[in-house]
Amino acid sequence: MRELTYWQAVQEALREEMVRDPRVFLMGEDIGVYGGAFGATRGLLAEFGAERVRCTPISEATIVGAGIGAAVTGMRPVVEIMFMDFVTLAMDQIANHAAKFRYMYGPQARVPLVIRTPAGGGRSYGATHSQSLEAWFLHVPGIKVIAPATPADAKGLLKSAIRDDNPVLCVEHKLLYATTGPVPDGDVTEPLGQAAIRREGTDVTLVTYSYYVGVALQAAEALARDGIEAEVVDLRTLVPLDTETVLDSVRKTGRLVCIEEGTRTGGVGAEIAARVAEEAYEYLDAPIRRVATPDIPIPFSPVLEDAALPKVDGIIRTVTELLQR
Amino acid sequence: MSAAVTLPLSPAEARRVLYQLTLARVFEERVLKLVSDGSIRGTTHPYVGQEAVAVGACLALRPDDLVISTHRGHGHLLAKGGDPKRLMAELFGKATGYGGGKGGTQHMADFAIGHLGSNGITGGGIPIGTGAALSAQMRGSGQVVAVFFGDGATNQGTFHESLNLAALWRLPAVYVCENNLYAMSTPHHEACAIEHIADRAAAYGMPGVRADGMDVLAVAAAMRPAVERARAGRGPTLIECKTYRFLGHSKSDQRVYRSREEEATWRDRDPIARLRAAVLEQALVSSAELDAIARDAVAVVDEAVTFAQSSPFPELQDVTAGVFSDDPCAS
Ligand SMILES: Cc1ncc(C[n+]2csc(CCOP(=O)(O)OP(=O)(O)O)c2C)c(N)n1
Repeated sequence: MRELTYWQAVQEALREEMVRDPRVFLMGEDIGVYGGAFGATRGLLAEFGAERVRCTPISEATIVGAGIGAAVTGMRPVVEIMFMDFVTLAMDQIANHAAKFRYMYGPQARVPLVIRTPAGGGRSYGATHSQSLEAWFLHVPGIKVIAPATPADAKGLLKSAIRDDNPVLCVEHKLLYATTGPVPDGDVTEPLGQAAIRREGTDVTLVTYSYYVGVALQAAEALARDGIEAEVVDLRTLVPLDTETVLDSVRKTGRLVCIEEGTRTGGVGAEIAARVAEEAYEYLDAPIRRVATPDIPIPFSPVLEDAALPKVDGIIRTVTELLQR
Repeated sequence: MSAAVTLPLSPAEARRVLYQLTLARVFEERVLKLVSDGSIRGTTHPYVGQEAVAVGACLALRPDDLVISTHRGHGHLLAKGGDPKRLMAELFGKATGYGGGKGGTQHMADFAIGHLGSNGITGGGIPIGTGAALSAQMRGSGQVVAVFFGDGATNQGTFHESLNLAALWRLPAVYVCENNLYAMSTPHHEACAIEHIADRAAAYGMPGVRADGMDVLAVAAAMRPAVERARAGRGPTLIECKTYRFLGHSKSDQRVYRSREEEATWRDRDPIARLRAAVLEQALVSSAELDAIARDAVAVVDEAVTFAQSSPFPELQDVTAGVFSDDPCAS
């Protein structure tokens, strides 16, 4: 299998879907010659032309809104929001329109819209360019959310998202773009709503997604040296959420740690914890723990940012404490 | 009454236009009654007084052209050829309504007739209509999109973003502002420093046109060149229709923010009464025919109410269905 970077995998998904389906087109700020703020669309303008790789003014609400209008009238737009923080400006269009049309207007309303957006910190971009806001969208019925952790998933899940008749938010972590991994050749898609076990283990379940899959795997390797076998579940898609895979793992290990970069209160981990408490409480040998960013804006100073974001150490400490109970 | 409208219309066209205006009026007046007596729950934003805008704009459109609507949207749906029965049933929350009872007064669409939806967010439809125009352009469908919104919506960012984008990309859109002088209780002059919303078009590089929104033919006359321009690939136009809502903003509005005198001067310019007077004066349509048109509209609304009343409510298990297109139990 070929090794590709994450950004190349995203780009391959876009290219293949644009070749396969003339209704697919891209829209966003600086996605043309510039290639997008993180380079995922570089080269596509030259390949497909300005008609299908549409550079827009800085108008987030209208980028998403125009995507909705194009989607309901027969196109399949993939729009890029330059930083996930800027979905705030498009929130009305996403939450009140894209996500609700199918329910309000009935089966005639299909919104095959994909919103791609880079999330996460780790680069000292400060509080308005570092957030992981995906948990917000778990609270908006009607929009799917994918958060691929590997190049193969970036390609396969994005291709499925583009073919889906629903709005899909694709969360791409900034620190993943340059990572590499094997990506199968050709038209391989990954289904939405299926988590993956990235590492088998018997002592504790670590549930996470996106960039933190890698972080959790590092923690698991370190724990293994102390004889603790952690199972790492990569959610891959947050909506639909594959609760079954999480429950099966927890039934096996009896312990759960939810790991995410978003802030703790009302986060993805809170939802996972609640579902496990509802469905598999009797299998738990210890309280559920969450590793997340505290409820703060992401600070600028590298030392503060480092202190704020979850780390391998924190995961190891949490797991070790849990096993001592 | 102020001067009657005079524009050429065939007798058949005159009858059709008068019927559409009257249908929208009778429909809204009936809805208000049904809201007051509790038959219809929730609120409603009556279109009474503004009918000439929707009917006039749609006169200039082809059947396959698209419209996108607002919270005050019953008139737009009817003018585009919507089914009064399904509209009324939706207001009753019935399974036979446009959204199976899940949308309600502010949230219904009929894509088959080119109606892309009303919605409850002021300014929310403007970028979506813009995207529909983008899609029409990319698909080469030759369709034009009429984007309806109020004066209040033009102070939303989406208005400015969308007009800029549409002008930049020469999208086949016509932005139809219904300036009824108020956004709820806020007069236009308290929300915007310039008098004419049409003047805002200059900032985006598109024509801005003012039209008498109490004259259906004036609206149609303003729309036609804009639609032609859009269809020819020359880009969008902003049309400001000066109009007035005769009734309150919604069912609970006591209209304390405006005078009865002001209302009376606008009532004097009632678009239906003016057109009736004009066609009678030109002997285009007889008064007996006018009476028949009014009776027809009432009969259609009666039928819509009966249909809505006798329709079933949605199945309760349907409440969780249809959130996603591929929902296995979606209706
Ligand atoms: C984003 C948003 N803000 C406020 C409201 C409440 N609201 C509903 S209609 C309305 C006035 C809109 O005025 P205008 O756009 O002029 O339309 P009109 O009601 O006059 O037809 C307001 C403030 C809303 N529905 N959406």
